[in-house]
Amino acid sequence: MSETIVIAEINNGVVADVTAELVSAVIAFGGSPTIIVPCVNSSIADGAGFTGAGRVIACKGPMFASYDAAGWANALDAVTPAGSIFVAASPRSKDLAARIAARRNIPVVQDVVAIDGSNLTSPVYSGKAMQTVNASADVVVSVRANIFAAAVSVPADVSVIDQSGDVLTAVEELLARSSERLDVAEANIIISGGRGMSSPENFSHLERIADVLGAAVGASRAAVDTWDDIPHGMQVGQTGKTVNPNLYIAVGISGAIQHLAGMRSSKYIVAINKDADAPIFQYADYGIVATWEETLPILEKSLAAMM
Amino acid sequence: MVEIVVLVKRVPDTNARIVVDSGKVDLSMVKWVMSPYDEFAIEAALRHREATGGKVTALTLGSADCDKILKDAKAIGVDELVRVWDDSWAEMDSNSLQSVLSSVILGLGAQVVYCGKAAADTGAGSTCPGVAERLGWASISNITDISFENGIKVTCPFDGGSAKVAIPLPAVISCDKGAFKVRKPNVKGIMMAKRAQVEVRSETAPASTVSVVNQSAPPQKAEGKKYNSADSAGEVARLLRDEANVI
Ligand SMILES: Cc1cc2nc3c(=O)[nH]c(=O)nc-3n(C[C@H](O)[C@H](O)[C@H](O)COP(=O)(O)OP(=O)(O)OC[C@H]3O[C@@H](n4cnc5c(N)ncnc54)[C@H](O)[C@@H]3O)c2cc1C
Ligand SMILES: Nc1ncnc2c1ncn2[C@@H]1O[C@H](COP(=O)(O)O)[C@@H](O)[C@H]1O
Repeated sequence: MSETIVIAEINNGVVADVTAELVSAVIAFGGSPTIIVPCVNSSIADGAGFTGAGRVIACKGPMFASYDAAGWANALDAVTPAGSIFVAASPRSKDLAARIAARRNIPVVQDVVAIDGSNLTSPVYSGKAMQTVNASADVVVSVRANIFAAAVSVPADVSVIDQSGDVLTAVEELLARSSERLDVAEANIIISGGRGMSSPENFSHLERIADVLGAAVGASRAAVDTWDDIPHGMQVGQTGKTVNPNLYIAVGISGAIQHLAGMRSSKYIVAINKDADAPIFQYADYGIVATWEETLPILEKSLAAMM
Repeated sequence: MVEIVVLVKRVPDTNARIVVDSGKVDLSMVKWVMSPYDEFAIEAALRHREATGGKVTALTLGSADCDKILKDAKAIGVDELVRVWDDSWAEMDSNSLQSVLSSVILGLGAQVVYCGKAAADTGAGSTCPGVAERLGWASISNITDISFENGIKVTCPFDGGSAKVAIPLPAVISCDKGAFKVRKPNVKGIMMAKRAQVEVRSETAPASTVSVVNQSAPPQKAEGKKYNSADSAGEVARLLRDEANVI
């Protein structure tokens, strides 16, 4: 088999934890990856050494300061040896994966959740089925977070390669974040509210718990569509964001198939709903049949006492 | 005149129950529709035409069954319908699919391509960046709005928030829901769609190196614990720490 490569996930200018999981994914694939770190400052690559992985290449260039699909793919492709390439299944890295695959005329398989040699499994039909494919030649793979165990960090032996790259797109204006809060797509814990919250003001109860847990606040489409104060960026589901956190707390959400499509792969699901027959309970690890008005204050107090 | 292409794909209705039988998804009973995000791509393409003039061609890769979604696109205002297909194309990997789409897009003389953020069956989101790379074009994914004064500016997710980004043509742009409202077909549109011709093209496709081994139902979760009073929230908090280890 040819080489395997991990392109490190970069978040806020540092190597993100999921990179260690990518190393384990490559080991399941039967490889020992070379790690490539896109960076402006090569010192961040010191955090990219892992047991089971090979050398670390810092691919350094000014275009890595902000994302441009073509610019990143161009620069990374130039330093990446031939072989199968693994990235995290974040929106940005999925985009990059598809670019690099197309550049090399090899296929890309996105959102992989299980690997057995060259067999790769990912959800299809919004998670209503799983599909295993076999890659008979080099392939680019994006791997979902929170599935593979993290490889152990070790000191890295870094070589630095300078790259320049043209960017095609230009950011004209940063629009205010919809809130100062963590985005649901980046969060390890999410607490979401639905139409059952009765009013957008009541989302403050969810925010307080989010503050205790360091969680993001999400919403169902019914909440987003009904209340202008709940922005689309918070929507989880088929026409919103797909999330894969360790913990998803659904409050006043019925559990429609389109909502499930965005969150059913969460590691643990808690549902709080006054209707014992709400479909969300079929997916909940812990279900509480009660109103949120009664439940959230107790939950908040209990969590605050534990943290 | 701007040549605008919009990619549309036929997929099972997202409300459909997906049945798995002997290691394969059985789609014989599902209702088929245009992939939902492709409707937003059509809206963006129509707005582009309205702002700058031009022609919108809806393009799909698929069998004759896909003519229906092309006609649905016609009913809400696209100009031309093109379908590319070869009966030997049973299963295509992303490389094969994008290679065919890119050739047809070049052949149509397109300067801009709109497509969905992700197809409802694959959920991949590979087509926009993949086709753009093959063509050597710019791309931007998951846009939520677009404007055409002083060049093309899109709103898209950026660093956890969003940004207004200028994008030069030629480009491939994938569309999220955002501010796009899907148009309803009017009577004239429906009449035009009935009479519309689908131009069928053929292409050569590179062999696929990724093939489906098996499909299965999603893993069943172990039955959860269910409580009937708000007081159990304290117990649930404890279990989240001690049993689930997630906080
Ligand atoms: C093409 C398409 C795409 C869609 N995409 C999405 C998507 O991306 N995301 C999404 O979420 N939906 C999506 N939907 C909509 C989806 O079908 C549902 O309509 C939506 O998820 C319902 O939101 P909800 O659960 O908040 O509201 P409801 O279904 O109205 O449920 C409210 C729940 O709150 C409970 N409740 C009420 N009061 C209380 C209380 N005081 N305490 C506790 N519980 C209470 C009720 O028992 C009920 O279960 C889509 C639909 C379509 C057709
Ligand atoms: N077979 C196809 N024919 C036409 N367009 C397609 C096809 N497959 C994917 N697309 C377009 O690419 C988008 C993203 O698909 P995907 O990359 O599979 O998630 C879809 O929403 C369509 O706009």
